[in-house]
Amino acid sequence: MKLLKLVPDDTNFRFLRWRKIAMTISLLSIIASIVLVGVRGLNLGVDFVGGQMIQVTFDKVAEAPVADLRDDIEALNLGESTIQRFGEPNQVSVRMRLSGDNVDEVNAVTSRVTQMITTEYAAQGARIDGVDSVSGKVSGELLSTGVYSLVFAMMAIAVYIWFRFEWQFGVAALFALVHDVTLTFGFFALTQLEFNLNIVAALLTIIGYSLNDTIVVFDRVRENLRKYRKMDMIALLDLSTNETLARTIMTTLTMLIALMALLLIGPGVIFGFTAAMTLGLFVGSYSSVYMANPILVWLGVGAHSFVPHATDADKAAAKLKEGMGGGAQP
Amino acid sequence: MLDFPRWKTISISLVLALGVLLAIPSLLPASVGQYYPGFLPQAKVNLGLDLQGGSHILLEGDPADVAAQRLQNMEETVRGAMRSATPRIGIGDISREGGRLSFLVRDVGQVDAAREAILPLTTGAGLTGQRDWDIEVRDTSRIVLTPTDAGLTEALDQAMETATEVVRKRIDELGTREPTIIRQGDNRIVVQVPGLDDPEALKELLGQTAELEFKLVDLNASPEDIAAGRAPVGSEIVPYPSNPAGGTAIAVRRLGGIRGDKLTNAQQSFDQQTNEPVVSITFDRDGGTRFARLTQQNVNKPFAIILDGEVLSAPNINEPILGGSAQISGNFTTESANQLAIALRSGALPIELKVVEERSVGPDLGAESIQLGMLAGAVGTVAVLAFMIITYGRFGVYANIALILNILLILGVMALMNATLTLPGIAGFVLTIGAAVDANVLINERIREERKNGRRIIQAIEVGYTEASRAIYDANITNVIAAVLLFLFGSGPVRGFAVVLMIGIVTSVWTAVYVTRMFVAIWLKRARPRELVI
Repeated sequence: MKLLKLVPDDTNFRFLRWRKIAMTISLLSIIASIVLVGVRGLNLGVDFVGGQMIQVTFDKVAEAPVADLRDDIEALNLGESTIQRFGEPNQVSVRMRLSGDNVDEVNAVTSRVTQMITTEYAAQGARIDGVDSVSGKVSGELLSTGVYSLVFAMMAIAVYIWFRFEWQFGVAALFALVHDVTLTFGFFALTQLEFNLNIVAALLTIIGYSLNDTIVVFDRVRENLRKYRKMDMIALLDLSTNETLARTIMTTLTMLIALMALLLIGPGVIFGFTAAMTLGLFVGSYSSVYMANPILVWLGVGAHSFVPHATDADKAAAKLKEGMGGGAQP
Repeated sequence: MLDFPRWKTISISLVLALGVLLAIPSLLPASVGQYYPGFLPQAKVNLGLDLQGGSHILLEGDPADVAAQRLQNMEETVRGAMRSATPRIGIGDISREGGRLSFLVRDVGQVDAAREAILPLTTGAGLTGQRDWDIEVRDTSRIVLTPTDAGLTEALDQAMETATEVVRKRIDELGTREPTIIRQGDNRIVVQVPGLDDPEALKELLGQTAELEFKLVDLNASPEDIAAGRAPVGSEIVPYPSNPAGGTAIAVRRLGGIRGDKLTNAQQSFDQQTNEPVVSITFDRDGGTRFARLTQQNVNKPFAIILDGEVLSAPNINEPILGGSAQISGNFTTESANQLAIALRSGALPIELKVVEERSVGPDLGAESIQLGMLAGAVGTVAVLAFMIITYGRFGVYANIALILNILLILGVMALMNATLTLPGIAGFVLTIGAAVDANVLINERIREERKNGRRIIQAIEVGYTEASRAIYDANITNVIAAVLLFLFGSGPVRGFAVVLMIGIVTSVWTAVYVTRMFVAIWLKRARPRELVI
């Protein structure tokens, strides 16, 4: 049986030849993302700004009467509302921001809107599918814990990599992560997809998986640094990237298959979540090569890097493996 | 590589068998599940509210509410203590400003006696014997009682504890299945009710303090005084939104009323004459006696039925009510009367609770989410499985078996931990499937590489596994870090996602590294291949 080989043997792409251009592009896109977030802003969901979101399905019509609904809600005079389709054409979400701390007000608005919809649109088979209402206080807490969790995750991971490799690797990984997270923020500012708690979960997952790529490359860099003591650093990084290229592409593809299934077939409720993950998949692979590696060069990682500490790290790794019942080192 | 010890094979197989056994109940449809033998594990993976529909409600009590209530109670206690002291201690200029209770002792000579009398009232019932209130004497004759932080914390804790119980009783009365009611933090309660049709009714029920009082109407107050908010001595102004006589408030006597905590039962019923929905209540023995006395002494006078500080109605007492039961009327619908009956049966909340967060999902959307999520998961899995076989042949098959076992293990561990599967959790599942093969991709690519570099079959496999393992561990530990933070900071469905992610990382590393290794070892031993197709 002839097996599929996506990447031919012995590729020798000189990835880092483009490192300055790539770095410039990366920095520019980071800046562009920040500007986008600053100018357009994020389309923050009720999780983070407070207010309520009501999901309605109109069972008896093919398409939701968005215009009528907008007029009717405006007539209630309860403040600004955003009506969006999600999932099927007969499903809409009605979002109203009420960032005030008055809990009763938020609850009152929710019940007035749901009552209006179920009575006025009974003929169209209106069905309230979901209600999210969050008071200003809780949304503030959710926002701050979301930000903390992102920052802590990045720091904790950088520290772990510093312990397992060298401090330069930790710094490089941190920059790669900042790049991935910033670009995802930029993507949400650009598309104005709703940014809610699920997206924070997606970001944390992106952080985790983007690190997978970075670590696989780093691990190979460490191995090659010990093997080829005299090799030029840039050539060595290129070699390591090429050696892991088959795996990177293969894994990216399997992840992409899984994500595409979710994106195309999965429920509309988590569309933003899977969209963020898909973007993160590509951005993460890119940043491992073009963000993390050049930083290693600039921070002066070279043949000398793993001489003193390597033994310790390896002992620890060997110990860990023994404890977990693995085989002997070659 | 060839010497994969027998005990390892056996223990790995045992763990796998156990995992599969634990996963089975969650996979069986309910109709088949009833025939599942009883001696096997029965635990199932719970479905989150976003999948089965239901309401998640976060209630918050205001600490200031408890503090104010406590201050008011203290005032009454102090008044009582001073009145019953021998000789009686005259006090005046009572103020509750700034969260403190302060008053003047009219006779300077009695300040010490007053202090002595109050002292026992200010020590907490707690084991630590901490003071609930600090007593100070200012300007020789003014006594100031300041609540201590410890006392306030204790009071809030007790109030929330009672409130949680009351909430539980009220929800149980609704007859919903498997509600979850948990206290969270200092002053919050999380309520999760699966499969609920009408979250609005639930919110109203929980938002009602249900403090019922019966007080006599003060007929001496003029409408002008009431409108201006001036109450005659011994009376207070209470809002009365549906006052048939016009105006939005009436004056009622402060003392001589009855509180609604002296009830043994409350039921929704209909008024015999008007056929309007009403709530019938039955007093306990003490309450019944007092109610009889109140009505006997005040025939032909109106009394106010006050719920949560608002007058519901103020009917006339036509004749003494001696039987210990009464009717509450007040423009009810059948639903609102039933709700009030439930609230009265379960007792009053010691602290007003507000809904600060609500997430409700209708059962239809939940069903649709689970259907589409499962479909996406199945399609994704099948595509990944096919892709692995095309790429790695025999080794792809091993990776696939490991992947399927991994899925069963995740389900089994989740059932064992009684974990909840949410919609983002299903996404996490699908992602784990994509990522789980990463470990095998790493191993297989490494084996390819080692073969290319001229290593012999067994050695190439051996090196492939050991060299790839290092990166696999490092990568997955960072993922665990991210997942733990996700769990710590996330809420609701996001936590469900983090749980799936964490379990999935551990089981996928195990199945991808050890289980496939076992398959490969067995194959090598049996087939002793001369060529390696990978």
